[in-house]
Amino acid sequence: MSFLRRFGRFWWEFVVGDEWRIALVVAIATGLGALAAMDHRVDGRIIAIGVAAGVMAAVCEIIVGTGRRSRR
Amino acid sequence: MGISGLGTGAAAFLASAVEFVEALTIVLALGVTRGWRSSLWGAATALLLLVAAVAAIGPGITDHVPREWLQLVVGVLLLTFGLQWLRKAILRSTGYKALHDEQQAFAEEREAALLAGGERRYGLDWYAFTITFKGVLLEGLEVVFIVVGFGASAADRRPAIVGAAVAFGIVLAVGAIVHRPLSRVPENLIKHGVGVLLSTFGLFWLVEGLNAVASSRHPVEWPGGDVAIPFILVAWIACSQLAMHLLRREREALVA
Repeated sequence: MSFLRRFGRFWWEFVVGDEWRIALVVAIATGLGALAAMDHRVDGRIIAIGVAAGVMAAVCEIIVGTGRRSRR
Repeated sequence: MGISGLGTGAAAFLASAVEFVEALTIVLALGVTRGWRSSLWGAATALLLLVAAVAAIGPGITDHVPREWLQLVVGVLLLTFGLQWLRKAILRSTGYKALHDEQQAFAEEREAALLAGGERRYGLDWYAFTITFKGVLLEGLEVVFIVVGFGASAADRRPAIVGAAVAFGIVLAVGAIVHRPLSRVPENLIKHGVGVLLSTFGLFWLVEGLNAVASSRHPVEWPGGDVAIPFILVAWIACSQLAMHLLRREREALVA
């Protein structure tokens, strides 16, 4: 395995870990938040609360989903 | 010191304490079985490298990158990283993942050290040196990540540095006195707390960092500014309690 590949893999495992969907949720929330921030029609405080609520709800669902999957 | 300073200091202290306890287990296991000289050289070399990394990256990064972009990048990374800690702590406390056991980790390291060969380089037991070097470097890297991240995003970087330094001092002192793995530390509870704190500051800075792309006339801001931090913290605690309640119910249904 090349050095770059090992380096990338190390950082992937370090930050993302074994549940990539959490990283995906954070990336989507950041993207949507940035789009809303560029659009002047949305109030800044609404964006803050929206990003927070979205991330919290999605992460909660992912963690609880682990239990549901293990039940099947 | 404001809410933000107290929070970053506490988060850096707790996260560093957990990592230092894990690093101490490795150093103790190698020190007891292979000798202290090579094990301590390995740990000291890794520590030196980590301190150099903090000194090189920490102050310089804030001079060259705008604060909003730093907050955005650190917020995204810290939130992703913190949520992994929180997720694992929740799964461990509800029985979906095995608890980390320092006694067991110590026994495994000790057994591997006893079976390993006795190669010597530069007058050192190379096995003991490389294992303690890698162990301390990897555990310490998480501390560096948190301290540099907090230092770069917060207005004051001192609370994060002091928190990590105090944790290092306490773990080192206790380890030197008791001379065995610190298995009585409620590791999962601390990891849960750290996960909540990292997720709180990660989310706070991610949102503040959105100002990197927002216009100055329409800024993205938390209601109440820094006062929002305890509310985000309480919201994450509520979220994790809800997840634990639902997971325990799922588990009970599974057993029934």
